[in-house]
Amino acid sequence: MMRGFLLIIARELRLAWTGGGIWLPVIFMLLVASLFPFAVGPDARLLAATGGGMLWIAALLAALLPVERLISPDMQSGQFDQYLVRGLSDEMIATAKMAAHWIGFGPPLMIAALPASALLKLDAGMLIRLEAGLAIGTPALAALSVLVASLTAGMRSASALAGLLALPLAVPLLIFGAGSLHPGSGAALKFLAAISLLLVAITPIAAGAALRAARE
Amino acid sequence: MLVRGQNVECRRGGRLLFSGLDFSLEAGESLLLRGPNGIGKSSLLRLIAGLIPGNNDAIQHGGETMALADENLALDPDRTLYDALAFWAHLDGRGMDDIAAGLAHYDLSALAGVPVRILSTGQRKRAILARTMASGASLWLLDEPGNGLDSASLERLGAAMNAHIANGGAIIAASHFALPHDFTWVIDLSKAAA
Repeated sequence: MMRGFLLIIARELRLAWTGGGIWLPVIFMLLVASLFPFAVGPDARLLAATGGGMLWIAALLAALLPVERLISPDMQSGQFDQYLVRGLSDEMIATAKMAAHWIGFGPPLMIAALPASALLKLDAGMLIRLEAGLAIGTPALAALSVLVASLTAGMRSASALAGLLALPLAVPLLIFGAGSLHPGSGAALKFLAAISLLLVAITPIAAGAALRAARE
Repeated sequence: MLVRGQNVECRRGGRLLFSGLDFSLEAGESLLLRGPNGIGKSSLLRLIAGLIPGNNDAIQHGGETMALADENLALDPDRTLYDALAFWAHLDGRGMDDIAAGLAHYDLSALAGVPVRILSTGQRKRAILARTMASGASLWLLDEPGNGLDSASLERLGAAMNAHIANGGAIIAASHFALPHDFTWVIDLSKAAA
């Protein structure tokens, strides 16, 4: 069982690496960070005040970038059927997908946040709070992507629908993620952790049910 | 008893395909499902594989391992045939010599280093059958295994099935044409059709 779990994660990571999926969120984050000053002007105070929130929005959208290739191709190629015949459960597959998606985009995004925060003139304290928030919040973003990818797998214009489904669910993450950027906002970080835990916990069950329903 | 079905029925999309179907399979036995297109042969295989839910506990398994060969390739297109099969062999806990044996049996050894995406239809079908052979599963579920195979490959399929039965395995195959194997049981699904 554990071997199957690790093998699926290894395969997902290899696919993400060879498909360029690892670099996509990094480039996306840096693009947003370098374009944002053009839009609001080069005022360092304004950038520092709004930049952290902007990076949270970028992180949210970066998590949704690969949503079309997370579940749908494997469903169509019969990969899931082969897992299931070997006794793996839908919930376990969803959990492995979620873990692999986080490894493939969470840490790269946190690394990309370093140069991005320099571009947006964030101070050291805010950078630390941003990284802490991303460390807590990105698992939830990964869970959300897997969840909406499972719900929309096999549908036409799935990625547009996935965005519409995920963004309302991501609002609490955004509120408490961006809210934790101010000094002395430990409570926001705790709320962020609570929401993150909830999303990570329900995703395997909800995504597993969605995958099962899609097979019938 | 390897697998047994009692009063099995199958509904797809609210429509009853067949009902009241009984079968029982021991180790060393094979079962052929026959019938016209759309009668529910593939659905019955997916029921047995546990991929779709059936009526309560109609199908009972005796703890056997299963391998499914249907029309879906389930091999990563950008990997070489060998690496793509090795993924499943790792998952099945099988050795690399099992893959080599499967490839050799279906005359795919020369293609082991070729990316899966450039294989032809018949070669893909043989790759699926080679995975089934290498899986070491006791029950093979074969959905139209002869489709897209030339006569030489069809004979290889027959030899693989005979060897699997001789080694105490079991096979349930769905096919609309004759396969080169002497099946223990034959069920015509059109007789159980609703």
